[in-house]
Amino acid sequence: MNVLAWAVGFVIFFPILWTILTSFKTELDAFAFPPKFLSFHWTLENYREVQERSNYLLFAYNSIVLSVGSNIVGLLIAIPAAWSMAFAPIIMPDRKLTRMLYAVMLAAILIAAAILYLIGEARYDWRIYGPIVAVACIPVVYWIMTRRTPDVLMWMLSTKMMPGVGVLVPIFLWFRDLHLLDTRFGVGLMLMLMNLPILIWMLYTYFKEIPAGILEAARMDGASLLNEIVYVLTPMATPGIASTMLLAIILSWNEAFWTLNLTTHDAAPLTAFIASYSAPEGLFWAKLSAASTLAIAPILVLGWLSQKQLVRGLTFGAVK
Amino acid sequence: MGDILLQQVRKEFGAVKIIKGVDLDIKDGEFVVFVGPSGCGKTTLLRLIAGLEDVTSGRIVIDGKDATDLGPSQRGLAMVFQSYALYPHMSVRNNIAFPLKMAKAPRDVIEAKVKRAAATLNLTDYLDRRPGQLSGGQRQRVAIGRAIVREPSAFLFDEPLSNLDAALRVQMRVEIGELHHTLKTTMIYVTHDQVEAMTMADKIVVLDLGAISQVGAPMELYNRPANLFVARFIGSPTMNIAKGPSAAKRGADTIGIRPEHTDVSTTAGEWPGTVKLAEHLGSETFVYVDVDGVGPFTVRVEGEAPLHADDRVYLTPREPRLHRFNAAGERIAA
Repeated sequence: MNVLAWAVGFVIFFPILWTILTSFKTELDAFAFPPKFLSFHWTLENYREVQERSNYLLFAYNSIVLSVGSNIVGLLIAIPAAWSMAFAPIIMPDRKLTRMLYAVMLAAILIAAAILYLIGEARYDWRIYGPIVAVACIPVVYWIMTRRTPDVLMWMLSTKMMPGVGVLVPIFLWFRDLHLLDTRFGVGLMLMLMNLPILIWMLYTYFKEIPAGILEAARMDGASLLNEIVYVLTPMATPGIASTMLLAIILSWNEAFWTLNLTTHDAAPLTAFIASYSAPEGLFWAKLSAASTLAIAPILVLGWLSQKQLVRGLTFGAVK
Repeated sequence: MGDILLQQVRKEFGAVKIIKGVDLDIKDGEFVVFVGPSGCGKTTLLRLIAGLEDVTSGRIVIDGKDATDLGPSQRGLAMVFQSYALYPHMSVRNNIAFPLKMAKAPRDVIEAKVKRAAATLNLTDYLDRRPGQLSGGQRQRVAIGRAIVREPSAFLFDEPLSNLDAALRVQMRVEIGELHHTLKTTMIYVTHDQVEAMTMADKIVVLDLGAISQVGAPMELYNRPANLFVARFIGSPTMNIAKGPSAAKRGADTIGIRPEHTDVSTTAGEWPGTVKLAEHLGSETFVYVDVDGVGPFTVRVEGEAPLHADDRVYLTPREPRLHRFNAAGERIAA
């Protein structure tokens, strides 16, 4: 069993190991066949060249700001959202009312879409992202009116099922019009919105584990809603919040689709840094590997240090 | 001050009616116990008073002010929960200080009040511990401490002793009684245990299926139960019930007699029967008798009674202690 575990571990780790090894090879050794495992000429030349050609620190700085910043903002939204899903009183669903709500919402969305379409005559792009905004409002309205948390969580999950490329054009146009292209704010916003469903979903699961009686006690003790969340809920959920944030940071750190499409230089994180080594002068495996190693190093260290937190976070509630 | 007035309070969850129109007047300084079988709505009624649930209709007036639409934090009440609901991430000191911090009390006032509460509740040595490091009884005291520092207009207790073992329960019962005597603050206490209700209450509210069955002092409920439900719920062992000729003879549909008001004889009496079991406790004896044509009866005899299973006995009720009920189960006045 132990041997098997090590074997699986090695298979998973092998690509990273190979990347690191390749980064110390000369370009010639990197292409050599049969591949050289350890018996090659070790060199730091690639790192020197990568550092000379591009400003690693700017990319790294962008990566840190984007992944950490977007998730702090995300948490500020996700904690109250998850709180209300886990603890706000449930409105008993009245069938007639629910059906009426569906009808009203559908009508509102259709009208909104129609209006946007007409207004959008002059500005072509409204026709694309107008209806998207309208559709995005559905779960919010639905939840406020019915408080049926499972349905809304499902809705949130469903947004993750859509391939990002499906909304690339409208979002790109939107970003262009609002001058958000290649700004840290814009990309950070995108990452935040992208991870928000995961943040809310995970936090909701953690909050569910906290006995509602303790929050009621806080209310009886005279705590306002804000105090209840700040002094009682958040400290009790700290382990959960920490692991949620860690996972989300890793996800945004590795996020390549949006960061590559919405940035060029100023706001470009390490994913763009790696990508810049795959295109211009053909493939230079050793340099690409050096860039990759530099890009994954910080997050690898972070992950290593917080291993325990992460495992707890991912398996939380699985045993009970 | 701690007057609480409920007017036609109703609570429905969807189509399910939990509280069906409760009117209740609680005077300042009273120790009121809500008692009833599980599912009778007593905890819901307490939570409605606390503001943790919204009423479907009706009014809740606290100290003369309409509190129906106020949130729990604005009603000036303190609550002790069945699960204690202590803040696990705070020390005992911070747990007790929490309501004061929320009220933005000055630091030295908080310090003094926490010290006083801790001294009252024998918690001084545990102030720096976390709730997880305390025993059940100590946790309960912390929960009470957290309630008393607020100096609320009323305390609400939601089955606070049900998680404690028997010995500790008796001790905490006495402590809560003493606390009420010292503080003289209104207390509302929910329990399903009629012994707790009888021993602690100034006024007992018996609830059945979401409605008040009877309100009164413990002895009033014991001596003059308003209906069969209260008659059977209050008192231990349960009141004996007889229907048929012996009830008709006394102008009632049903008659009830408490085990301690029933005499047993081996020679003559109203109801002949067979002893099923006799429990000899020394100070008293409980005799379980199967009365011919009526059903099971329990008799409590002072001291030792030389009775054993399968003995033939005759039971006689003490006439003045007899309770008469009509077909609807309501008391027929003497």
